[in-house]
Amino acid sequence: MTMTGETPHFDEMLRADGSVRDPYDEFCAWYSAQDAGRLRIKSRDAENFFRRTGITFAVYGEEEASERLIPFDIVPRIISGREWARLSRGIEQRVRAINAFLYDIYHRQEILRAGRIPIELIAKNDAYLPQMIGMDPPGGIYTHIIGVDIVRTGPDQFYVLEDNARTPSGVSYMLENRETMLHMFPELFRKNRVREVSDYPRKLRRSLAASAPRACNGAPEIAVLTPGIHNSAYFEHSFLADQMGAELVEGHDLRVIDGRVAMRTTQGYRAIDVLYRRVDDDYLDPLTFRPESALGVPGIMDVYRAGGITIANAPGTGISDDKALYSYMPEIIEFYTGEKAILENVPTWRCSEADSLAYVLEHLAELVVKEVHGSGGYGMLVGPAANRKELAAFRAKLKARPANYIAQPTLSLSTVPIMTRQGLAPRHVDLRPFVLVSPKGIDITPGGLTRVALKKGSLVVNSSQGGGTKDSWVLDE
Amino acid sequence: MLGKTAGGLFWMQRYLERSENIARLVDAGFRIALTRSEAAEDEWGSVLTTAGVKRAYLQRYDKVDGSSVINFLLRDKTNPSSVISVIESARNNARLVRTALTREVWEATNECWMTLKEALRTQISDNDLPDVLSLIRQQSALVRGAQSGTMMRNDIYFFAQLGAFVERADSTARILDVKYYVLLPSLSYVGSSLDNVQWETILRSVSAYRAFRWLNPGETNPRNIAQFMILDRVMPRSLAFCAGRMAGALEAIAREYGGSGESLELACALRRDLEQANIDMIVDNGLHQFIQDFIKRNNAISARIEQEFRFYL
Repeated sequence: MTMTGETPHFDEMLRADGSVRDPYDEFCAWYSAQDAGRLRIKSRDAENFFRRTGITFAVYGEEEASERLIPFDIVPRIISGREWARLSRGIEQRVRAINAFLYDIYHRQEILRAGRIPIELIAKNDAYLPQMIGMDPPGGIYTHIIGVDIVRTGPDQFYVLEDNARTPSGVSYMLENRETMLHMFPELFRKNRVREVSDYPRKLRRSLAASAPRACNGAPEIAVLTPGIHNSAYFEHSFLADQMGAELVEGHDLRVIDGRVAMRTTQGYRAIDVLYRRVDDDYLDPLTFRPESALGVPGIMDVYRAGGITIANAPGTGISDDKALYSYMPEIIEFYTGEKAILENVPTWRCSEADSLAYVLEHLAELVVKEVHGSGGYGMLVGPAANRKELAAFRAKLKARPANYIAQPTLSLSTVPIMTRQGLAPRHVDLRPFVLVSPKGIDITPGGLTRVALKKGSLVVNSSQGGGTKDSWVLDE
Repeated sequence: MLGKTAGGLFWMQRYLERSENIARLVDAGFRIALTRSEAAEDEWGSVLTTAGVKRAYLQRYDKVDGSSVINFLLRDKTNPSSVISVIESARNNARLVRTALTREVWEATNECWMTLKEALRTQISDNDLPDVLSLIRQQSALVRGAQSGTMMRNDIYFFAQLGAFVERADSTARILDVKYYVLLPSLSYVGSSLDNVQWETILRSVSAYRAFRWLNPGETNPRNIAQFMILDRVMPRSLAFCAGRMAGALEAIAREYGGSGESLELACALRRDLEQANIDMIVDNGLHQFIQDFIKRNNAISARIEQEFRFYL
């Protein structure tokens, strides 16, 4: 092993003295016995495999490289069974609270009455959909699928960065990364007892079916709604539809007929019961939201309100993962579950508040600043990595529209090694576990998607910004 | 199945088939150019006409010469019928209908696209052409092999089959449409070397030069060739064969769906007419008219399929 544990960050594989942490024992023993050349060849094989399979994502605005691979690193990220038990308890608690919050905020609004969060945060928020007020989604579920972004800073410190309660992506990478590892290194799975992830599509189907609407009779007809083949996540949409045995539809395949949303088949129109949509709220129904949208279905919201279809996730869930609301998550969890939050929230300065803004402007070089409604790592400032010019430009943006931003301390994210030409080298990672919610309960797939910043020292793990992924293992202990 | 999916499968297969047909045409043209250089320019001209891109070609080039034609037909992205364009269209349709494809079929299609994109990236020299043409045929054969070995024989398969045979029938008919005159019994041409070149080209364009020899060990004459290209029941690119497969695929879909429409009637009528025809009658009544009539009927079937199975609306 050509690497030391001397790093200011929490290294998930090595202790400060260079010894190997328990979950990585078997892996390190195996790795030391491998020939570096052979591993590099395997690594290239993996890339070819992804390319052949078409596991690519589209990058907007780039003509030539319009289909890119997300780099895959063959060193697994390993989580012990004990660590996972605690993590999954924390995730479950959070997801329950989010669903309770969504129900409340679209019904009696007890949390506002109790004065636990300010009313402006809801009233003036575009993510809050008045159309959902008083509406009971089938089975009472708002967020059928959630992908919670978690980072680690120490042995027992896990922070939630974002809740991704709209249409989280990445689960196809979780599944394909595992398939790739099983294919390349079967011997590793003989030595380590790694918990399965491959039944996610089956569970997703079961979970969606359990949320079928009143109008459904017989086995629920499920379909995945995609914006189309040019969408950056199209591969995932078709992958999930394929794996679930569901039709993959676009807006122009659908039409409202006799109070149902129906898809155009070779034998006429057939009603859909559950629509797993990978289209944003705004584009869902041109009659209700953006009139110019061609991605949605005119009239689907009326059908939804009348109990003719389940939309997963429910429209309006975005209010719960709004970055401005994020800082209230500990209160929200306590309010609905009566418990303290198990997972920590990153301290957050809301720049809409004058005191906070002043602090943020003064400490900009130490902070991470994010757009309230942004995602994908776009429009974000990592203070410690920014130069003077970038800082000055951002300062101006902040002053112009303070309410558009929140700021957080730069967390010292944990590292997991990746394979480089010089051997193993630590890189920062995050984790996105995938959670399924149905009237029958909550299911969390062990592990999730580990994203890794491939550049040394970088904290940005987003694939759109040059991040890669790893297979994520939870050991069965 | 979604109407859109049926349409995607149909077109995916049409485009794959087209890539192969274009490769065959180039192959035949190249062969003539090598062996009978005096006929080369005419031959490349009729290759362009057969591929339906002569006008587009002349908008880009002043004269018809082998290397320009080859590049235009194989790797020019502004030509929607070039091999690179149709392979890309096939692959885009495959992405669209990914859920209807087996993993093997999707991967073969995707790999076909990746391989050919690479192979057709730069200008192709005469020395490389034979290899490139084999590669094109090989790649589409891999897709077809994956389809044959892994797909269930349900509507998914049969919509793809429809695409393949509509396209193939069209291709063979166009070859005949451009070259029909050399198959007419004409005293002045009999036995002349020009005829022999043309006959050979026709057979090479459908990769059936050798098959024809086996089936007609005796005399090569235009009547036999016309019979072979139009009415032969076992030659997989003859008009009769294609019509039979189209009707068969529509019958299979009708069985699965428990009902049928006009497209099946049209296809059955076409199959029957070809089964009952004989070559002397066709030539007597006008070979050219017959071929043009066939092209129209084939298009009508295609349009009817599109409508009946709700590809777009």
